[in-house]
Amino acid sequence: MPFRARHLLGIEHLAPDEITTVLDLAERYVDLNRRTIKRTDVLAGMTQINMFFENSTRTQASFELAGKRLGADVMTMSVAQSSVKKGETLIDTAMTLNAMQPDLLVVRHSSSGAVNLLASKVNCAVLNAGDGRHEHPTQALLDALTIRRAKGRLQRLTVAICGDIAHSRVARSNLILLGKMENRIRLIAPSTLMPSGVKEFGCEVFDDMAEGLKDADVVMMLRLQKERMDGGFIPSEREYYHRYGLDAEKLAFAKPDAIVMHPGPMNRGVEIDGTLADDINRSVIQDQVEMGVAVRMACMDLLARNLKAERGRVAAEAGA
Amino acid sequence: MRITVFQNVRLIDPETGEIDDGSLTVADGTIMARGAEAPKGAALVDGHGACLAPGIVDWGVKIGEPGERHRESFRSAGLAAAAGGVTTIIARPDTHPAIDTPETLEFVTRRAAEASPVRIRHMAALTKGRQGREMTEIGFLLDAGALAFTDADHVVADSKVLGRALTYARSLGALVVGHPQDPALSAGGAATSGKFASLYGLPGVHPLAERMGLERDLALVEMTGARYHADQITCASTLPALRRAREQGLDVTAGVSIHHLTLNEFDVGDYRTFFKMTPPLRSEDDRLAMVEAVAAGEIDVIASFHTPADEESKRLPFEEAAAGAVALESFLPAAMRLYHAGGITLPQLFRAMSLNPARRLGLPQGRLAIGAPADLLLFDPDAPFLLDRFTLRSKSKNTPFDGQRMEGKVLGTWVAGMQVFGGPDA
Repeated sequence: MPFRARHLLGIEHLAPDEITTVLDLAERYVDLNRRTIKRTDVLAGMTQINMFFENSTRTQASFELAGKRLGADVMTMSVAQSSVKKGETLIDTAMTLNAMQPDLLVVRHSSSGAVNLLASKVNCAVLNAGDGRHEHPTQALLDALTIRRAKGRLQRLTVAICGDIAHSRVARSNLILLGKMENRIRLIAPSTLMPSGVKEFGCEVFDDMAEGLKDADVVMMLRLQKERMDGGFIPSEREYYHRYGLDAEKLAFAKPDAIVMHPGPMNRGVEIDGTLADDINRSVIQDQVEMGVAVRMACMDLLARNLKAERGRVAAEAGA
Repeated sequence: MRITVFQNVRLIDPETGEIDDGSLTVADGTIMARGAEAPKGAALVDGHGACLAPGIVDWGVKIGEPGERHRESFRSAGLAAAAGGVTTIIARPDTHPAIDTPETLEFVTRRAAEASPVRIRHMAALTKGRQGREMTEIGFLLDAGALAFTDADHVVADSKVLGRALTYARSLGALVVGHPQDPALSAGGAATSGKFASLYGLPGVHPLAERMGLERDLALVEMTGARYHADQITCASTLPALRRAREQGLDVTAGVSIHHLTLNEFDVGDYRTFFKMTPPLRSEDDRLAMVEAVAAGEIDVIASFHTPADEESKRLPFEEAAAGAVALESFLPAAMRLYHAGGITLPQLFRAMSLNPARRLGLPQGRLAIGAPADLLLFDPDAPFLLDRFTLRSKSKNTPFDGQRMEGKVLGTWVAGMQVFGGPDA
């Protein structure tokens, strides 16, 4: 099983075979997670620290649970409320934690590239749990696993990504991952929420849901941040829902068996109709949450193996 | 009379655009003759075929005095300049506090003269505290030696304020330096909008923000008849506006930074903050258009925009990190990249780095003509080296060229005929 990465900073650095490795291993953890006794000991004795410089509920819980089920000692720090307010820099915080000898560091930060910066300063494995508008690799991996399970494959699918693409790290990571796995990608958004240079991304670009959703196998909705709703990027919540909110009527443009995804948390009645979100025949939103834990277990397992191997090599060299 | 003769040198003359093998005689700090016999008792400098050019007049250098001497002092900047072949520094007023009163200007002028081996002249702020609200004492500041007036990278957003300042400056013949950028559009931008900024999730500024800024300034110049210089033009889409202004006969010149001529947006790579500049690095197409514009003389001035930043202000996530790079010592080798890539000649480079800035600022430097001040730079355009940022003389080490292969070494620097850098025989 090839997986060569030392850190998981973004999908950009993963090769297609590495992505497949993560997903294959995650399948096994899905089975484990459905048992009553959900415990393995692959991370036994190892320390995982979750550093969330930006508030998060679900991702933080998912990583915490993943670590605990793998037998790691897990500590979660909501750095948003602590030393950063006292003027400590990101690197100082990282160095301090690094001195406590963690093995896995899970980091979320509001600045793009902050996790890359931090990874260059510590000697444990770093997992990016979302940095600014840059990447959110575990979200893309869990989405990929969800799609693969629902569709039976992760190639040659038409995937429509709709909503606030400009500000979304989820969109970026998904775009890269789905592109690497050779899918057809469509981006649908009002032009104010479309990133610049999007034409060079190798995907189709639409500002109309009916055209964009045509014959899609997968419809991926993105969350619209509240602060972007009033006049800044779009005129109003209701106009947005009218033109871009996913309901049964708009979904009818997609393939009859198209699945509906959302990274959560949802704004019901803004980007997605509440009834549709709960429709178990179309919506896989709850599956995404379940896959999240399994994918994060797989990522941490693989990174821990590489870390152990690397430390073994260093020790052997020191001994020789 | 103290006489020095530079023998066996290639004279790079930006005024005539010619390169001649020959010699240059300097007497009492002034160029006295070219190709003449060395008189008895003259000191001889054998160039061994190296290039001799007028010393660089670097327009827009940030020095941390007053306020941020830990980043750069007049002493460290002067030493770095000497080592980089810069014989005149035109310093920016974006200090703490800003250089916006004659008293502050007199203080920094005195400090600079005491501490620096090269000439240091100052620009003064255009508005008090660079706040963009009230104009500074332009008359007093001119008397105290200010060469030009600028708020550096703070754009005077209020057009009425800028218009009045330009009108007042015009009555005194003062030169105003603008930073062409639409302030609202460029607020918060850390990269040029486009594929790179989008993929790396960085807030982008559209290249047209530069043209909008310039168009606004040019309209005010048309209104007031002031003398105006745009500090940095970095996008191809801005050039037509500049051309039009010239065709109209406005008294307008423009500059560009050496970094925008030698690097592009993708050089930022994995969020490397030493590549964060103001304005941000542009696309490769824009870079090439700027090189062409310099060669064609459409852009008058190349400057280093030397901006020292300490490690703490750079070791941050890209968006939060300080912008700017040190460049006094890497200016010449970076410029040699342009020369080695073809498309621009050595006289063209020195026209933009020495002659034009001096001329525009009313200084007698930048020439190899008889009677010009003997501010000279002896260099080998081909000498290769590996740049190690910790060998820089600047107090700050934030150079984007760290670890890169460069060509072009300064062998000696002379200010008013006195050697300020290089061995006794260069």
